[in-house]
Amino acid sequence: MSAQTAPLLEVDGLRVDFASRAGLVQAINEVSLVVHKGETLGLVGESGSGKSVSAQAVMGLISPPGAITGGDVRWCGTSLLGRKGERYARSVRGKNIAMIFQDPMTSLNPLMTVGDQIGEAMRYHLGFTHVQARRRAEELLGAVGLSAPARRLDQYPHELSGGMRQRVMIAMAISCEPELLIADEPTTALDVTIQAQILELLARLQKELGLAIILITHDLGVVAGICNRVAVMYAGRIVETGDVDTIFEDPGHPYTQGLLRSTPSLEGTEDTLMSIDGIPPRLIDPQPGCPFLPRCPIGVDACRQAPPAEAWKGSAVRCWKAGADAWSMGATRAQEAGL
Amino acid sequence: MGSFIVCRLWHGLLVVLGVSFTVFAVTRLFGDPVSLMLPLSASAEQRMAFAQEIGLDQPLFVQFIRFLGDLATFDFGESLWQRRPAIEVVFERLPLTLMLIGTGLGFAILLSIPLGMIAALRPGGFLDRFIVSAGLLGLSMPQFWVGLLLIVVFSVQLKLLPTSGMGTPLHLVLPALTLALTPLARLTMLVRSSMIDELNQHYVRTVRAKGLPFTRILRVHTLRNILISYMTLAGWELITTLAGYTVVVETVFAWPGLGLTAVQAIQRGDLFLMQAIVFVIALLIVLINIVLDIVFKMIDPRINLN
Repeated sequence: MSAQTAPLLEVDGLRVDFASRAGLVQAINEVSLVVHKGETLGLVGESGSGKSVSAQAVMGLISPPGAITGGDVRWCGTSLLGRKGERYARSVRGKNIAMIFQDPMTSLNPLMTVGDQIGEAMRYHLGFTHVQARRRAEELLGAVGLSAPARRLDQYPHELSGGMRQRVMIAMAISCEPELLIADEPTTALDVTIQAQILELLARLQKELGLAIILITHDLGVVAGICNRVAVMYAGRIVETGDVDTIFEDPGHPYTQGLLRSTPSLEGTEDTLMSIDGIPPRLIDPQPGCPFLPRCPIGVDACRQAPPAEAWKGSAVRCWKAGADAWSMGATRAQEAGL
Repeated sequence: MGSFIVCRLWHGLLVVLGVSFTVFAVTRLFGDPVSLMLPLSASAEQRMAFAQEIGLDQPLFVQFIRFLGDLATFDFGESLWQRRPAIEVVFERLPLTLMLIGTGLGFAILLSIPLGMIAALRPGGFLDRFIVSAGLLGLSMPQFWVGLLLIVVFSVQLKLLPTSGMGTPLHLVLPALTLALTPLARLTMLVRSSMIDELNQHYVRTVRAKGLPFTRILRVHTLRNILISYMTLAGWELITTLAGYTVVVETVFAWPGLGLTAVQAIQRGDLFLMQAIVFVIALLIVLINIVLDIVFKMIDPRINLN
């Protein structure tokens, strides 16, 4: 997209560690992302791959035993980390960058009315009075498609359904007209029909408000539907980034290839879906080199050293053999071995 | 809300009836009030006359109805010890006990919230460990001993405060402090543990993502959410203090409140005064619970007790 303009958000070599009894868990390592105005970046990967941790690090939500131990997060070119950045971050957080979460059932304060919770950020960041915030909250509730918004203001979260609560979360997130919305699996906890409605709502708001969105999900269908660019995460690292079309068409990393092949499609002719053997590596004292090596069908000796970001058809791929067709080769090899 | 209060009052009335029945049963059925109140040397005629005077010659059923009627008009009979209506003695002593409880528990409540929150901010940190250890110490020391210890240190050794009795505000310090210690320790522990839980809730993450200052998150969001469990324990502390701790502390410090009066009434076999004290305390406990229920409903809209 608009590559000429300066990016809104830059995440540069970010590393987050969690202290645990068993040792230091490297939740994410060397994570770099760029988000431009108005674009939608999909962040995909399986559970534990570090998607949410990356987002929480951007929002400053990492708290002990976790800590950001390396790299930088910049908003419009200014760092949000460190003692100096913390003050700036507090003015950016909730105002320029907003976030919605996976579980709308528990993400709202049960003892505060919906109107007060939506108005809170506006009163703090924009200096709205109670009355102003209330009026604006009512408009926002209408904008996110809740019926009878005036009545909702005085309701408590337990009086609303899951889908309605997620709409309230979205209204809250866009209340200060942010430039970037981070949506951490916003539809995972919802019914399929509601999921579609929420995604449509996000797409519509993006168009109307010119929002950039980071959409965290493990649903590749959702990514294909609304994202411009994708970053694929595996074991705390980004293994592939690129345009959504390129990556779906021509995935460069063996993991991405495997991920796409293990997704059912309507046109698919295979009888059985592929699955990637093995499990993701432990994040406590990880081996040097490519984290996918133990499960990779085309791993070579070179993979014991960390792969550079190779360019592959416009994507950046962290693989020594970027672009090689890993799984048909692997499948042939498996057939030869009589499996 | 109106019907809720009426409903709670109705339940409260049933409890009070239960208490009256128990008091009646314990005093009339399991013991002999006459031999309790008259000296051993009293003659059979004197006993008979006394039994007639206080209505013990009537059938139990009639006695109970009369008893209820007396309770309804707060007529508990005459205190044998003080030679005046028992309820008068109770109303004279009750404010002194309430003053002691108000000071002690007020102190405990004011201090427990900040202490517990400080401990919860860095679980396992130096301040947390210090507060938890001090709390355990406070919980493990019985009040009669703490009271005596305070008297030895502050009154006998340092000569800063009076040992016992009532009069100046200084007289209030040691008994109130003794009374405060256990509730303070327990309430602080509760604030600490529920605050640690609460700060891990998902909604706190949402509020942090709004970029609000941490103090506001604590003050507006988490504090309100721990208030239900806090008030439950605080109410319970108030009740145990009213119905138990004051007896010990008032005895140690010779504070002439209801607790000390209860001890004296028992020692003197003053049945009517004892009844009046038990009944008034029971009534207060029922009232405290009703007020707590109403406050709970005001704090948490999800509570539905109808």
